[in-house]
Amino acid sequence: MTAPVSLRRVTQVYGNQTALHGIDLEIAAGEYIVLLGPSGCGKTTLLNIIGGFAAPTAGDVLIGARSMAGVAPKDRPTTTVFQDYALFPHMSLADNVAFGLRMRGVAAAARRAKAMEMLEMVGLAAMADRRPHALSGGQRQRVALARALAVEPDVLLLDEPLGALDLKLRRQMQDELKAIQRRIGTTFVHVTHDQEEAMAIADRIVVMNAGRIAQAAPAREVYLHPASLFVAEFMGEVNKIPLTNGHSPLGPLHPGQFSQKTGTLCIRPEAIGTSGPLTLGPARITDLAFFGTHIRAHMAPLAAPDLTLIVHLPQGAQATPGDEITLFARDAVLVADRP
Amino acid sequence: MKILAPLYMAALYAFIFLPVIVLVVFSFQDGRLPVPPLKGVTLKWYADVLSDRALLSALWNSLLVAIVSSAIALTLGFLAAVALARTILPGSALIRGLLIAPMTVSYLIIALGLMNLWRDLGLSVSLWATGIGHVVINLPLCFAILYAAMGDQQRSAERAARDLGASEPRVLWHVTAPMLLPSLLAAFFLSVTFSWDEFIIAFLLTRFDVTLPVEIWSLLKSGLSPKTNAVGALVFLVSVAAVIILELTVFRKRRA
Repeated sequence: MTAPVSLRRVTQVYGNQTALHGIDLEIAAGEYIVLLGPSGCGKTTLLNIIGGFAAPTAGDVLIGARSMAGVAPKDRPTTTVFQDYALFPHMSLADNVAFGLRMRGVAAAARRAKAMEMLEMVGLAAMADRRPHALSGGQRQRVALARALAVEPDVLLLDEPLGALDLKLRRQMQDELKAIQRRIGTTFVHVTHDQEEAMAIADRIVVMNAGRIAQAAPAREVYLHPASLFVAEFMGEVNKIPLTNGHSPLGPLHPGQFSQKTGTLCIRPEAIGTSGPLTLGPARITDLAFFGTHIRAHMAPLAAPDLTLIVHLPQGAQATPGDEITLFARDAVLVADRP
Repeated sequence: MKILAPLYMAALYAFIFLPVIVLVVFSFQDGRLPVPPLKGVTLKWYADVLSDRALLSALWNSLLVAIVSSAIALTLGFLAAVALARTILPGSALIRGLLIAPMTVSYLIIALGLMNLWRDLGLSVSLWATGIGHVVINLPLCFAILYAAMGDQQRSAERAARDLGASEPRVLWHVTAPMLLPSLLAAFFLSVTFSWDEFIIAFLLTRFDVTLPVEIWSLLKSGLSPKTNAVGALVFLVSVAAVIILELTVFRKRRA
């Protein structure tokens, strides 16, 4: 089961605080959307509004073209995987997973069969009669996922579902989530503050900041063509070179595509090297650290020694502090705002 | 130290339980007075108690009042705790305070108030009045126990149940109540023992259909006898049974 979700001018005001400023977003049926942003950006509020746990101050949510205004969570075609899993501690895993079907009046044998099928999907069928307290964090997460999917919702909402797991397990669960979503085709709306997680699973990342959508685009687009300095910085480490009427602290940039421009030039550390279309000029290494996949260097341009550039040198580069290298860059993006 | 600690413990338990032990021992006294020396062992007084119609009907009344009033106090306390734990109303603190307030009022004052109210309403005192009095004293207890037991885990499980399609009554029945089962049982059994022991309200609010403590009190008026000891021992047995049930059901479950 799947359905599109349409957010129209969704606004949420708490007292004199505006948590959401008229959010407009169209989510296609079967799309995997990740709402990404720092804490307090409004992403969880937005998820709660889609799930029916909060009513927006203004605006409307449509799921499959049906307005959700005044529709209680129990009557919505959505289910949620909660951050704390919220499993029922007094029920077996099978009963947990079958709960939604039980509430829909499905007969005991049929819901047991469906519950076993869902537990099979997440690899926990052998533990069907155990209680949740006997499970590890990752296993609880899977039960919560199976429970939410058992009722075949049109839209699955995931509220920081992997936040409590360790890094290795998180990577593994990301792959599983994506694989399951591909298989069942349900629309997934996933909230996280981890940009790597967002890039790992999303069809489209919706970066949020201070109650507004900063950018909504596929991972590649958001990372390589950030719409603002906020997005550029949130998606990963970035070098910021201020430009005023084409003048940068590094001197004139070649070629002259940024002449007469004002704003901030954003360049990723891995986009700086010994070749590229944009010349940054000579710089001296002030510090180095080996990161496994690359060497992370702090470099001071000779033209502007106070500016520190972060550069990822190749793993095998022979470099020591004090070395001078002429730097070039690719994929430089100019954003309007200043640091 | 190694000797002092067990000695201290033995002394403490002796202090608590010696009166009960003496009571039970002299309920077997083969003589007219429940005082030393123990002249011999007999079950005669127990036979006497069990063939005493007035005592048995009082015992039955006590059980009835204890169970019914506790069930009502538990239900009301549960609903109040659920409501106050879920929603923040203006005056939530005041409502909580008012619910717990009867705990601080002496049973005598509650009994006097109920007695006056009953008279003003033109009703005669009865077992019903006593039962209502026991709901008044046990409701704050049930409310406090259940309210304290509701935490974040409870709230998020209820939210998940709603998300999965449960209506409010089904959330209460399938999630809230089962998750609170240990606390519900603890509140219920505590209420039962408080009601079972309660004398002042029962004394002032019953006339013919008295409860067991009131009946024992009228037995005592005619002087000490091993028979009163036997009644006391039986009452103690019931309380011990309640504690054992509580231990086996509630606390074992909590450990599991």
